[in-house]
Amino acid sequence: MPASGAGPSSACGMPPDRSRPLLLLGGLAAFSLLALLISLVCGGMTLDPEHLWSALWAQGGLEHDLIWELRLPRALSAFAVGGLLALAGALMQVLLRNPLGDPYILGISGGAATASLLAMLAGASAAWLTGFAFGGALASMLLVFALAHGQGAWTPTRLLLTGVVIAAGWGALISLILAVSPAERLPGMLFWLMGDLSDADRPALPLLVLTAGSAWALLLAPGLNLLARGELQAAALGVEVRPLRLMIFLLASLLTAAAVTVGGSIGFVGLVAPHLFRLGAAGDHRLLIPGATLLGGSLLLLADTLARTLLSPQQLPVGVVTALLGVPVFLWLLHRTTPSRAPG
Amino acid sequence: MALLETHNLDVTVAGIRVCRGLDLRIRPGECWGLLGRNGAGKTTLLHTLAGLRAPDAGAIRLGGDPMGELPRREIARRLGLLFQDTETAFPATVMEAALAGRHPHLGRWGWEGAEDRRLTEAALRAVGLDGMHRRRIETLSGGEQRRLAIATLLAQDPALALLDEPTNHLDPNHQTGMLRLLQKRMQSGGRAMLLILHDINLALRFCDHLLLLFGGGDTLQGPASQVARREHLEHLYGCRVAEIPGGPHGPVYLPA
Repeated sequence: MPASGAGPSSACGMPPDRSRPLLLLGGLAAFSLLALLISLVCGGMTLDPEHLWSALWAQGGLEHDLIWELRLPRALSAFAVGGLLALAGALMQVLLRNPLGDPYILGISGGAATASLLAMLAGASAAWLTGFAFGGALASMLLVFALAHGQGAWTPTRLLLTGVVIAAGWGALISLILAVSPAERLPGMLFWLMGDLSDADRPALPLLVLTAGSAWALLLAPGLNLLARGELQAAALGVEVRPLRLMIFLLASLLTAAAVTVGGSIGFVGLVAPHLFRLGAAGDHRLLIPGATLLGGSLLLLADTLARTLLSPQQLPVGVVTALLGVPVFLWLLHRTTPSRAPG
Repeated sequence: MALLETHNLDVTVAGIRVCRGLDLRIRPGECWGLLGRNGAGKTTLLHTLAGLRAPDAGAIRLGGDPMGELPRREIARRLGLLFQDTETAFPATVMEAALAGRHPHLGRWGWEGAEDRRLTEAALRAVGLDGMHRRRIETLSGGEQRRLAIATLLAQDPALALLDEPTNHLDPNHQTGMLRLLQKRMQSGGRAMLLILHDINLALRFCDHLLLLFGGGDTLQGPASQVARREHLEHLYGCRVAEIPGGPHGPVYLPA
């Protein structure tokens, strides 16, 4: 196994090994299952892990309903949203060739938020909110694409600046909507803005999008590895850069749109999960795509479990938990990667 | 057959003419030096020859095929390009970075095999970076990064290498060492190379042909011994140049 012998741990003297990526991904899959188990057990009513299995397959009963009706759909939704965000973040970071890239940096969540808040202001039902959020995300994506593409030149800097300015514009609109909204609508709006999974009970679609999206991203992975080294360098090594860039933009935008539609703008998972994998394991996107997806999914699943249980029965918006966990993790990462501390 | 051939090539960048009606033929075994003052368009011309930007007019053929009709992957199997600078925005190890040179030779979603590793290890050894396979690229010095980029190019193993100031960041010993290595690898077995250099004396020592870019579209090309004349070099750089006979590899040129 070629490139994956790399990474900080091998820099400490571990020999490159063909089985290492499988071990790594297998370990992350096990970690995801563990996170799922924890989220099924924990909550307002704590279940006995030993009885979990029998409760799962029992005919009816309180515990059976609790798991199948409430906790499992929410856990799978959280996992899907975390995976979508991590995958979109990894793609955005390569597209913009900026380690600070995250799924929201180009204003996609801002578009979704503005549309959702307008729908809430108009008193639309929850079902409509989903449609509005997705429509807003798509509109923002097309706006950024058209404006950044306007003159033909589409450098990462131009795309980044266009996206950041559009995001700032959405931010202003969001503040405006909040300012003119009646007080009784504000809590719902604020929860949406902070990222909230309490209404996320239909995991099938986000899981499907996640599966298809990761498969698509895996096909792009060899090109992503080269694109991370610069567009010209990638082109000189045989990558058709323009179609690849376009596909990354579309894929990352659709993944983000799906994620914010389900859970609002949940912060930090999309930024931190790809970095955790890059720094802790490997930068090779053939591993990073599945690895960061599993990592993002399980991190958000754990964060959501905390959000449900920390002040139970009150539920915290999961975005607050991810941000509170994400800030120290990210600062630690930055500290760890200062050149003087790099291995070698 | 020429590895690279241009016919009536016009190149401009940002309204500045780089070359006009350039007919260039690079044949196997040749080493071309591309000389010109700052801003004359050397890098632009190099990128055009590599098919990374379109010329304003004229044709480029790579191994006999029109450049515009070749997929990028096929171009990368035939032609390698060393950039002036390397980007290290994302962490990677020396081995990972050098293995990227094998990308055009892999199956579309294939993993590098034992042969790819062997070629890459040999390339790293040739530039003196063996034992650094697991070093992170962002911790390398400028000169080490330069040698890593050269190793990546050697791993790519193209028939034609275009090198943008390959001696950047290198100490004098490594400058001649790397050029000797490139000479050995890229002028044998039907290969050829073209180098952008700023050191006239290095160019004269290693290149058998020179292409001078005077800026404004005028060019001069031919065997190095005919092109490297004091008056041409003075016109090229816009300064007086002293020709000192009796150097180890012929006359030595110094800006006066």
